[in-house]
This record gives sequence, structure tokens and C-alpha cells, in this order.
Amino acid sequence: MRLIKVEHTYKIYKNGTTAIADLSVSIDKGEFVFVIGPTGSGKSTFIKMLYREEKPTNGQVIVGGIDVAKLRNSKVYKLRRKLGVVFQDFKLLPKLTVYENVAFALETLGLPNSEIRPKVLKAIDSVGLKEKTRNLPNELSGGEQQRVAIARAIVNDPKLLICDEPTGNLDPETSKEIMNILEKINQESDTTIIMATHDKELVNKMKKRVLAFENGVLVSDTKKGSYKVHESTKDIKKKRS
Amino acid sequence: MKALRILRRSVRDSFKSIFRNLPLSMASIICITITLILVSLSLFLSYNVRQITKTLEHELTVVVYLKKDVTENQKKEIENDLKTMDNIDEYRIKSKEEFKSEMQKESEDLATAFESLEGDNPLLDSIIVKVKDVSDLKETAEKLRKYDFVQSAEYGEGMVENIIGIFDAISIGTAGIVIALVVVTSFLISNTIKITIFSRKTQIEIKRLVGASNVAIKLPFVFEGFILGIFGSILPILLSIYGYTILYNETHGYLFTRIITLVPPFPFVFIVSFILVAIGSIVGMIGSWLSVRKHLKI
Repeated sequence: MRLIKVEHTYKIYKNGTTAIADLSVSIDKGEFVFVIGPTGSGKSTFIKMLYREEKPTNGQVIVGGIDVAKLRNSKVYKLRRKLGVVFQDFKLLPKLTVYENVAFALETLGLPNSEIRPKVLKAIDSVGLKEKTRNLPNELSGGEQQRVAIARAIVNDPKLLICDEPTGNLDPETSKEIMNILEKINQESDTTIIMATHDKELVNKMKKRVLAFENGVLVSDTKKGSYKVHESTKDIKKKRS
Repeated sequence: MKALRILRRSVRDSFKSIFRNLPLSMASIICITITLILVSLSLFLSYNVRQITKTLEHELTVVVYLKKDVTENQKKEIENDLKTMDNIDEYRIKSKEEFKSEMQKESEDLATAFESLEGDNPLLDSIIVKVKDVSDLKETAEKLRKYDFVQSAEYGEGMVENIIGIFDAISIGTAGIVIALVVVTSFLISNTIKITIFSRKTQIEIKRLVGASNVAIKLPFVFEGFILGIFGSILPILLSIYGYTILYNETHGYLFTRIITLVPPFPFVFIVSFILVAIGSIVGMIGSWLSVRKHLKI
């Protein structure tokens, strides 16, 4: 079942930079997809378009049945409630405890406390932080903070989990732990995971679908792929023309 | 139920946020306090100046001198007309005998002079007229001059017009100061809140990321602005109530002279307090709403 459909999409910034050029790709429910590419390749823009942090200039981006390009600013929350987002810098609220950080995603939906509590505890438990519910983010290690961010992202049982370089700030051992958690989420709850990363080792080891970007162009889309050095975009553009 | 829960959580979060961001909250409260004290002072000043000008204006009268040969019927005629005239607040007939005894009391020289007249009274009967609107003083005097049996109607021409002009200028000036201060206060309060909110840009961003609707994001900030406004108005209100009451009691309600009377403190101080709390809280709410809105645009 198709969850994401991107068709002939362009993202051109006001200064004229083309971040994404003629992108067409689709992702099914339950897939685990790596998005790779060097800095400035367009992978982050692609990821940001999926949760409507960026609006496509042209083309269609449909996520869970919602046309992101046509989504009004005041209705963005409708899309965001269907997905979870994890960032490299965790984006936790520093003055809220682990429990509060995870709970407030549900509180904003207006759920009753009786419903929030078991969901939050389950999410925290699933990332192995049961003992740290009352800690503040600055009392946790980087890996633990990222796990809180994952718990917050999955607490609402999203169909899609978007991870923007979630291991970028972590050491290899902690990165492995995070990847194990993400894989568990993917397998146990059939959540689609799209993860942008620079980590070659991780990508090569996991053998998942890989979307490779260069200069705003999707240069390869491989099932059970690896982190390869691709042809330069110039050559591809030449071939296309 | 859902809306109520969001509302309840917004109030809870706004209190939490105030205490968790205490230094910035205190800065906002102090800023609101200082500006509201200024507004309070200007309100007291302006209202009292208006009161004083009103009192002084009330003292302005038209004195109508009736001719020596005026008959009782003519006196009744002008009295009846005064009763029907729109601009007349009150009037009092002062007979020449009353006038004479007043003058005798006032000065011994005059008393001696009256004695030398051997019972003859050269003074005229008069009517002292107070008007509702002093700007029509001249017009009223002119109307009264038209009677055949009226010798003259005087109201201190020239000087009175000058005084009225000055009073009007003072009234407009103080009202202008109040309005200007309210505008400046609104600007200052909303700017302070803007800074408070700017420091929590990330918080707004994260809330949006986890799927909070714009209203759900704005509400805690709006409550926070409201609460900061209320907290900021506490000291100005206490100063207004106690400060003004003490000033009034110490001066017995008069400033320098009995003509300059102060407005009695009750319910005046409560009206001022209400205005202060309204400015603080409403500006706080609107300031927050607008500031958050800015961060919700992508």
C-alpha cells in the first residue's frame, strides 16, 4: 500500500537555488528507506517537504493521502499528527521532563490524562528509558535524548516516522542502539521509516532501500542498497538531455 | 470536553512557563508595572485637572443687574424665563438690601458710607445666574441683556473667555497625555512579551512539529500574557488605592486652596484600578497573540 507519492516535484528557493529537480518517487507502507547524499544534495529538502517544513514549488507530494503542496499553513497540524519526526539535535523542550516531553505531543491533541499516561509510559518503555521519566533532557546522554525524541515521535502511533540524521550527533555504539530501536519500531508496528543519513557504515549494514541524492536529483533508488559513490549529477543530466 | 481539556492545559502550561522562565517573566512584569504606574499617575492627574476646571467653571456666573425702577411683575417675568432656559443651571435673586448688608459687613468704610446716605440704597437688585455650559456664558449674558428692565449682565468678559480657553487646553492636553501613555504602554508591554516569546521560538516550532494546532499553540501564550498583565498591574493598583487615599486624607481633599478640590478616592481609585488591570491584561493577551502568530508562519 502506497504511503508517499512524489511526482515531478521541484523545490526552487527564492534566491534561485534548485534544491530538488524533477523528483518522482513512491514509498509503501512499512518500508524502511535511507535517504543519502552529500551536504547540499537535496536530501534534507526532500525530508522537509514530507512533513511540510518546506513547500514544493511545483509538482505533487502526497503523504498519507494529504497533498502537502496544497496544505494551508493553519492545517499543517493535520499532516503532522499522522507522522513523527526525529532530528539530529533532538529538539526536546529543555524545561520539561522526559515524561512531559513525550506527553505533550498527546496533550496538544486534547486527549484525557487517563489515555495519555499508558501511551506515554509504553513509548518511553519501548525506547528503554523507563527509569528516567522524571529526568530533564540535560540530565541525559545524547543517545538517551535521542531515544526520548523517538518516544515522542512514536507515542501517537504514526504511520510514518521521519528521521533527519538522527545519529549525526552520536558515537557509533549509540548510533547502533538507535538503529536497533528504529528497526524494532519498523518491524513491530509496521511503521514506515524514512531516514536521512551520512553514516555509510549504518546504511551498508542494514541493507534497506536507499534513495541517493546529488545536486537536487535522485540519482539512484535501490532495494537493499548501500552507500555508493554515484555518478556526478552533471553526467546524469547530460544523459537525460 | 476536548476543548475544555486543551483550555485547562493551556492555563496550567502558562503558569508553568511563567515560573520556568522566571527571569524573563519578572522582566515583563517589572516593565508592565513601571508603565502602568505612569498610566495611573496620568489618570489621576488628568481626572483631577478636569475636576478642578469643572469646579472653577462652576464658579463662573453671570450677574444680572436690574434697573432701579424694576417692578415685581418684571422680576417674576425674568425668573419664569430663567426657569425655561436650557443652559441655566441655577440662579439666585439678590436684593439690593442683601447686597448692602453684605457690603457693610465686608468693610467698615463702606458701612460708614451707607450710614451717610441716611437709609437711601443706591445699589441695584440683581440675579446671580450659573450656567450649565460655560462656553455659552456670553450668549446667555447677551440674552439677558435684551430685557428692558435689565441694566446690565456681566460675566467678566475677556478674562472668562481666556480662562475657558485655558481650561479646554488643559483638558485636551491631559487627555492627550493619557492616550499617549496608554499607546506607549501597549507598545512596551507587547514588545516585552514579544521578547519573552522570541526566546521560546524553538518551543513553538516543536509544538508545531508534534501536531499542535495553531490555536493550541497560541492559547498558553495568550494566557501567559494575560497573567503577566495581571501580575504587572498589582503594584500599580495598590499604589493607586493606598497612595491616592493617603494623599486625599492628608490634604483633606484640597490642594493649596479650597478652590482646588481633589476627586474623592472612592469609587475613583477602583475605576483607575480597573482601567490598569484591563490595560495590562488585554495588551498582554493581544501582544502574545500577535507575537506567536508571527512564529507560526512558514
